[in-house]
Amino acid sequence: MASTTIERTASDTRTCSYAEAIREALAQAMESDERVFLLGEDIGVYGGAFGVTTGLLERFGAERVRDTPISELGIVGAAVGAALAGMRPVVEIQFSDFTAQAMDQIVNQAAKIHYMLGGAASVPMVLRAPGGSGTGAAAQHSQSLEAWFAHVPGLKVVLPATPADAKGLLLAAIDDPNPVIFLEHKLLYKSSGPVPTEPVRETLGAARVHRDGDDLTIVATSVMVERSLQAADELAADGIHATVVDPRTIKPLDAATILAAVRRTGRLLLVQEAPLTGGFVSEIAALVAGCDALYSLVAPIRRLCGLDVPIPYAPQLERAAVPQVPDIVKAARELVMES
Amino acid sequence: MTTKLCQEPELARRALATMWTIRRFEEAVDDLFARGLIYGTMHLSIGQEATATGVCLALADDDLITSTHRGHGHCIAKGADLERMMAELLAKETGYCRGRGGSMHIADVARGNLGANGIVAGGIPIAVGAGLAQRLQGTRRVVASFFGDGAANEGAFHEAVNLAAIWDLPVVFVCENNQYGMSMPTSRAFRIPRISQRAAAYGIPGVTVDGNDIQAVYDETVVAVERARAGEGPTFIEAITYRWKGHSKSDKNLYRTREEIEEWKSRDPIGRFEAAVEAAGTFNRSEIETIRSSARDAVRDAIARAHAAPDARPDELRDAVYA
Repeated sequence: MASTTIERTASDTRTCSYAEAIREALAQAMESDERVFLLGEDIGVYGGAFGVTTGLLERFGAERVRDTPISELGIVGAAVGAALAGMRPVVEIQFSDFTAQAMDQIVNQAAKIHYMLGGAASVPMVLRAPGGSGTGAAAQHSQSLEAWFAHVPGLKVVLPATPADAKGLLLAAIDDPNPVIFLEHKLLYKSSGPVPTEPVRETLGAARVHRDGDDLTIVATSVMVERSLQAADELAADGIHATVVDPRTIKPLDAATILAAVRRTGRLLLVQEAPLTGGFVSEIAALVAGCDALYSLVAPIRRLCGLDVPIPYAPQLERAAVPQVPDIVKAARELVMES
Repeated sequence: MTTKLCQEPELARRALATMWTIRRFEEAVDDLFARGLIYGTMHLSIGQEATATGVCLALADDDLITSTHRGHGHCIAKGADLERMMAELLAKETGYCRGRGGSMHIADVARGNLGANGIVAGGIPIAVGAGLAQRLQGTRRVVASFFGDGAANEGAFHEAVNLAAIWDLPVVFVCENNQYGMSMPTSRAFRIPRISQRAAAYGIPGVTVDGNDIQAVYDETVVAVERARAGEGPTFIEAITYRWKGHSKSDKNLYRTREEIEEWKSRDPIGRFEAAVEAAGTFNRSEIETIRSSARDAVRDAIARAHAAPDARPDELRDAVYA
């Protein structure tokens, strides 16, 4: 029932926003597979807290674009049960912070059912939720929680950074037979870029190399990809050339692409919005340190992360809590200069 | 009027055979555990057999259930293969979960059992989702969700019952009130005398039945299943029962008296139904004996075959993390 993947060509793309790209993926998945349905708070008439599902109620009706009460645990549990019974639910949680309300169903149920049952049943569902700071929403509406989910065997974790990836990775997530945590970023919803018009699926577990340079590798996720690319432009003006890699899915992780870039450039800067301690990029640091790529390094691995603080409200505090473009430029310059 | 189970030979036989199979299976598990032949922990439902059996008798084969940590009875009542159940408890490759789940995670999706659950109330939202799937797929299947009195104080219970209620989903909520959440008596955990009173808060029917009376459990489930199939939404059934054994293997029964346990044993659901069957003249004593001994033999046979099966393989332990 799934649509066939077609070859992508330049003429097959159109420019649209990250939010529109997600909406298009949802609509195309629902058109081609009647098992796919949406449930979440205010996703119907309201169109979702960030407008992502605008217009889908009119197209697909209230049974398949199902508004729910404010019951995150119930909603995710209902998705788990529906998935077990043969459906392909896509849940929207308004802010990724609210997944804390649903953690039992995500961590103890969705993630483990396939394994606990010895493979006898699977839970093909997607949980979409926006994370990240930069909107003045403070500590309970701004977190970057990807490491929580990556730590749980059985979950896949996707962090799309561009409109094209948002669409292609979401289509792949909906097709996947496993529970997939799909973490969007609030600041990216209005960003735009070329997006394939057809339902072209990306691969979960394949990194994207956005830019090639010989002096250092920057590995960045989510909104930090765009910031790292801007930083790379500034660095290039100074004669420092960065490779910028976006893992796109942190579980599964495309270790090969990251390690190849590290071996080639000899320097590694890891950039994430989430707090430093226990953050996912530390896993990448450990990966590099634990294999022969370590011997390619000419400088210590550097992590540029959010501070270990709750995200504050005041804009000047909020900005200072997570890496900004000048921070990335400075960290990259120091990394190259000190070695 | 629903069918009188004790008067219908086929149903009476099924009811008795199922209850005796649950009883004998769990006694065997208790014994194997005491002899160090079963690893981990377990939660026995001895004394509660009429609830699992009465509910499942009122379901069609393709109806679904979700179960609990105390789930052997639900599993057997829904038609599970005893050998695969026992093999799972004995950590065998041929077990329902290939040794990955153990007592608390047995499921048999082909027979409509979506799984036991190690998290109190964890299965209730899942049952609601399975009910939603039936709606979206246009089937006439019903989902029965088993949970205990303790689960009714979890947030998951409230969220899930409300969702099923507002969407009129084909779900039957079966609260097995066995009087204690581990050591916490219902009298201290609730401000209301009947947990079924909570149904009113969600705008659905709620009834309390004697959970040791299989006929009463069956009758209320038949009504609830008919409502659910007719698209009239969920029903809440509270079945008052009692677990004879401790909560799990760590239980020293410090929170209840020997007299209380003995008093409940005198209300044995199986003995009561046997008496009713005999009084109705459906089966005589020796026919009942035959049903009992076949249940015992089936369990013995399952143990023997499960023991002989190959152990779950450590070299394949990563299998089935992802589909």
